[in-house]
Amino acid sequence: MNTAVVRLIAGRIVIAILTLLFVSLAVFVGTEILPGDVAQAVLGQNATPEAVAGLRHALHLDQPAYIRYFLWLGSLLSGDPGRSLVNGLPVATLIASRLPNSLMLAFVTAVICVPIALMLGILSAVWRGSRFDRAVSFVTMSIISVPEFMIATLLVIVFAVNLRWFPALSYAAGKVSLDQFFRLFALPVLTLTCVMIAQMMRMTRAAVIDTLRSSYVEMAVLKGASPIRVVLTHALPNAIGPIANIVALNLSFLLGGAIIVEVIFNYPGLARLLVDAVSTRDMPLVQACVMIFCATYLFLVMLADISGILSNPRLRHR
Amino acid sequence: MKNDQTITVIDTSPPRRLRLPVAGMVGAGIIGFWILIAIIGPYIAPHEVGALVDDDLFGHMRWSLPLGSDYLGRDVLSRILVGARYSIGAAGAATFLAILMGGTLGMLAAVSRGAIDMALSRFFDALISIPSKMSALVVIAALGSSIPVLISTAAVIYTPGAFRIWRALAVNVNELDFVEVARARGEGTHYLIREEILPNIAGPVLTDFGLRFVFAVLLLSSLSFLGLGVQPPNADWGSLVRENIDGLAGGAPAVVMPAAAIATLTIGVSLLIDNLPGRWSSTGEH
Amino acid sequence: MAPVIKVENLRVTAQDECGRTNIIVKDVNFEVQPGEVVALIGESGSGKTTIALSLMGYARSGAKIAGGRIAFGGRDLLEMSSRELASLRGRDVAYVPQSAAASFNPARALLKQVIESSEIHRVMPLADAEARAISLFRELVLPNPEHIGDRYPHQLSGGQLQRLLAAMALVTNPKLVIFDEPTTALDVTTQIEVLRVFKKAIKERGTTAIYVSHDLAVVAQMADRIIVLRDGAIREVDETGRILKEPKNDYTKSLLAAAEPRVRAATDEALRETSAQPVLEVRSVDAGYGALDGEGSPALTVLRDVSLTIKPGTTLGVIGESGSGKSTLARVIAGLLPAARGEVLLNGERLPRSAAQRTRDQLRRIQIVFQMADTALNPARSIGRILGRPLEFYHGLGGDKRRRRVAELLDMVRLPATMAERYPSELSGGQKQRVNLARALAADPSLILCDEVTSALDTVVGAAILDLLAELQREIGVAYLFISHDLSTVKAVCDEVMILYAGQMVEHGSRSALHQRPLHPYSELLIASVPELREGWLDGISESVLKEASAGVALPSRGEACSFFNRCSVRIPGRCDVEPPPLRRLTKGAHIRCQRTEQELVQLPAVAIQKDEERRVGTGTAKTVAG
Ligand SMILES: Nc1ncnc2c1ncn2[C@@H]1O[C@H](COP(=O)(O)OP(=O)(O)OP(=O)(O)O)[C@@H](O)[C@H]1O
Ligand code: SF4
Ligand SMILES: [Mg+2]
Repeated sequence: MNTAVVRLIAGRIVIAILTLLFVSLAVFVGTEILPGDVAQAVLGQNATPEAVAGLRHALHLDQPAYIRYFLWLGSLLSGDPGRSLVNGLPVATLIASRLPNSLMLAFVTAVICVPIALMLGILSAVWRGSRFDRAVSFVTMSIISVPEFMIATLLVIVFAVNLRWFPALSYAAGKVSLDQFFRLFALPVLTLTCVMIAQMMRMTRAAVIDTLRSSYVEMAVLKGASPIRVVLTHALPNAIGPIANIVALNLSFLLGGAIIVEVIFNYPGLARLLVDAVSTRDMPLVQACVMIFCATYLFLVMLADISGILSNPRLRHR
Repeated sequence: MKNDQTITVIDTSPPRRLRLPVAGMVGAGIIGFWILIAIIGPYIAPHEVGALVDDDLFGHMRWSLPLGSDYLGRDVLSRILVGARYSIGAAGAATFLAILMGGTLGMLAAVSRGAIDMALSRFFDALISIPSKMSALVVIAALGSSIPVLISTAAVIYTPGAFRIWRALAVNVNELDFVEVARARGEGTHYLIREEILPNIAGPVLTDFGLRFVFAVLLLSSLSFLGLGVQPPNADWGSLVRENIDGLAGGAPAVVMPAAAIATLTIGVSLLIDNLPGRWSSTGEH
Repeated sequence: MAPVIKVENLRVTAQDECGRTNIIVKDVNFEVQPGEVVALIGESGSGKTTIALSLMGYARSGAKIAGGRIAFGGRDLLEMSSRELASLRGRDVAYVPQSAAASFNPARALLKQVIESSEIHRVMPLADAEARAISLFRELVLPNPEHIGDRYPHQLSGGQLQRLLAAMALVTNPKLVIFDEPTTALDVTTQIEVLRVFKKAIKERGTTAIYVSHDLAVVAQMADRIIVLRDGAIREVDETGRILKEPKNDYTKSLLAAAEPRVRAATDEALRETSAQPVLEVRSVDAGYGALDGEGSPALTVLRDVSLTIKPGTTLGVIGESGSGKSTLARVIAGLLPAARGEVLLNGERLPRSAAQRTRDQLRRIQIVFQMADTALNPARSIGRILGRPLEFYHGLGGDKRRRRVAELLDMVRLPATMAERYPSELSGGQKQRVNLARALAADPSLILCDEVTSALDTVVGAAILDLLAELQREIGVAYLFISHDLSTVKAVCDEVMILYAGQMVEHGSRSALHQRPLHPYSELLIASVPELREGWLDGISESVLKEASAGVALPSRGEACSFFNRCSVRIPGRCDVEPPPLRRLTKGAHIRCQRTEQELVQLPAVAIQKDEERRVGTGTAKTVAG
């Protein structure tokens, strides 16, 4: 580690934090500058003016927007983003009950996807133009071009309806045994896996092809290196930065993009909580959920940037 | 060479006749077909969209109802023909607006360089960090769902992406000597964008339009599928899938056909842009 | 003796964008005897690299070896399986590519890459391979041979990397080494040392080699036999001396003629006559890239205190190595890069620093022509439209008048008027450069900035452009600022010459002053480094040139001190690296920037070259470094 690397990394962290602040502002503006009166909406048409005024005061709605923004930001940072407008439960509690489920789904999917996608991407890049490459390219292109709800629907038809391997709805209330757990989990994971592998594989392929085109790879071939050696010692070490970026992008997609999957399979994750909050216009909950997703995205991208910096020989060896 | 993440190869040879491989022709054919349907769909629909024409719910395919009936006994074919407008039209309009805003600002940033470029790039970089479905949900929560809201939301969502790719393309051209010559001659920003930059990024930019269109179709139909998109009585293809999801167990055409319509459209566009000759292609991101 | 490699009827084809098949190498036959160095020479696109690569059974993507035989070690290379080919590459045939910086894997330490072929083919134990690599480093005069292998590609200079590539090729002791333009990407002062160590290495171990180059003067130093290629076919094959002295093929003759450009510039008298006000005057300009700091200096200062004047109708040459700030100077004058300090005067009138603030007439009078003819023309516009725009913009010409003027301009640059209908991609490199020139002329400028206008062109085509420049100057009296890295072109067209080193003017004088000693130490090195078109030139250069030239790369912005310090053979430590060098006027009329006085420079030649006559007399051996 040298000072330049430390400075670069510090710069990335600062940029991520500033971006997060900007995003929080955007989210706040997007949700607070609402047409209509939230207090009125919450209490309904026949509420007394005093009650509405009381709630307005409690929600700080009688204060200017910028003060509300800082109040809101402060409460977010202190870990207490207020209470749900719909059922009055603390937002933190609601989120805490869902977050582990989402993380579990993301973790299981990631463990399956990342190795398979990287493998397929690298193989397609090495054999680019071959029948294998063209077949994989066509399949992944089709998967990407089709909405996730269709993939999920297809999988339900095949596995739950026709084969009856798994239940179509993933989460029954109450405790589940281990084998039940896997069966409940299977379809959501399978859907996400399809989409993720397709996206990640295509990006990996492009990144690896990029390095395979470089002169030093040609030079390695002219030194008599075998294709495996060319890929492992010459192409991959130079593709770490881009590949880390690809993984980060797709992992963040796992959290945010699971919306459809969670809804279809009735999976009690964070994304479904958000969709529900949106349909009931439960703003504190919407704001908190969106901030979690954005922060995750920024954090992952920042990690990828940092690994890109650390893997860059020009910066590592001065 | 710079090691930029958004690498875009620009071939500076002139637009010669486009030679498409078969897959690309198939894609172009499908797109043409659906655009035609979007225009004439309502006029050739055999039934009123709201009319209950079948006593059976999820009726099977037969001569009188070629694609069967839906969960209320309405004609699926007519509903798909009319829905094409919403699916293709809304996505197309959103893409167009996104590219108009993002593309213009992208080229402006590339040509102006310096502080303007910095400010615009930082701004859009921050916007891009909000996942697209998130921002759609937030806006819809705030404003409710209607076609204008959907179109402008999707447009705003894809503007940062369009900005990035157009800027990257324009920066590549902007560094070429002929732009420098024009600048040394004293030409203004408007001339530089219109005469020097735009004609030389037209190919990749069309590809970008296709990519972004696919994203918009996917986003809008997903929103409709969630019940947050096009609202009844209007219905796009995503809404058709949603309202007929109960027919899924029986494999009813009412749910399979709208889904197939979406799939053919997006795969058609992807086929076309994947098979365009090198100098037309651009790298896109979700 | 059986040849090491024998090529019969080699044919290589390539697919173009529209799927048509072109033959890029046609029925090539030749053989290389053991211990022989054979050169493949030809201009860009003549198929040199394609042939060289096919000798390893390799074709780049898009190309295909379509027919013929390549006999190597009793077997036909073209019939081998890819596994057999892999076992041959790097062990029996080794390759030294053109671009050293791109050919090393940036993520691996150099030593590992140098001994990789030995490791792949299990030629010798790892420790032996390392020892051998280190001894090769020493032989190739690399600094710090024991530890240079621990470093990474970006930490070394181009010349050093090129020598490491040679070590990489030689480490397995291959039967045949292919050098593909190994010094083309280097500056002349760096090229000379690389050539020298390569030659020594080849001679000492009797290596059989194929040397690919476009530069006759370089090839004359390296090769025993020369194969002249054009359009993928062999034009002439002969011994080096015979090719140089009595070429038979017309094409070879034109190559030889273009290699020694004749002088086209106005005479010195013409220069003295014009006591008129200079067209352009640049006063103490500082310029660079990046944000300006508190004192108004840019983050990366490229030009420091540069001044010059150009008299009407004359040519000032600016010469310097890559990165010395030549293009930056042109950009400052054109207003594309506003200077940080100093001023630019046009006909005595002070110009605003940025083009955006200059008047249309000021802009019109200075035009710029770039090196890359390909990228300087908008590919989406016809030639007529490209030439028409400045006519409309500066002179308000439209319609028929404009069309007629476009035709006139095309005629001025010796192109047919029908060219106006065509698009840039339909033109050859030389034609494009003529259109670039015509576009500059369309403005009726009093000064044209020519930035390396012939560097990207083949020698024969470039020579024709130089002729055209000279003719135009005689016809319309335009002045040129002629930027080049090539001393011989500058000498051919310029009345005055300015030598730039790391952003500083080191010498400025008339063209004839370049032939008179004393010179600034860098000028001396530069002039000595330009290869001459005769056999044995390289052997006649004394070691001391190489020792200093290899010492390092240019270090810009080392404060006020002399940036040539670490490469200078007559430096005065404690003075040159501390104080700014003073500007001195020499009796020959030129100015130099150096701590050494004229006397000292006369007594201490910075570069000792054993000219033929000197060698006979036995003087002029290497002088030791003073101080
Ligand atoms: N746009 C830029 N931003 C930052 N640095 C630059 C830029 N352009 C040039 N430089 C740097 O300025 C220095 C001088 O560059 P310049 O192009 O003027 O050199 P040159 O003498 O024309 O070289 P060449 O012979 O390679 O054309 C180099 O170190 C280069 O890396
Ligand atoms: S003598 Fe000193 S001032 Fe002159 S060139 Fe050498 S180092 Fe620079
Ligand atoms: Mg230059």
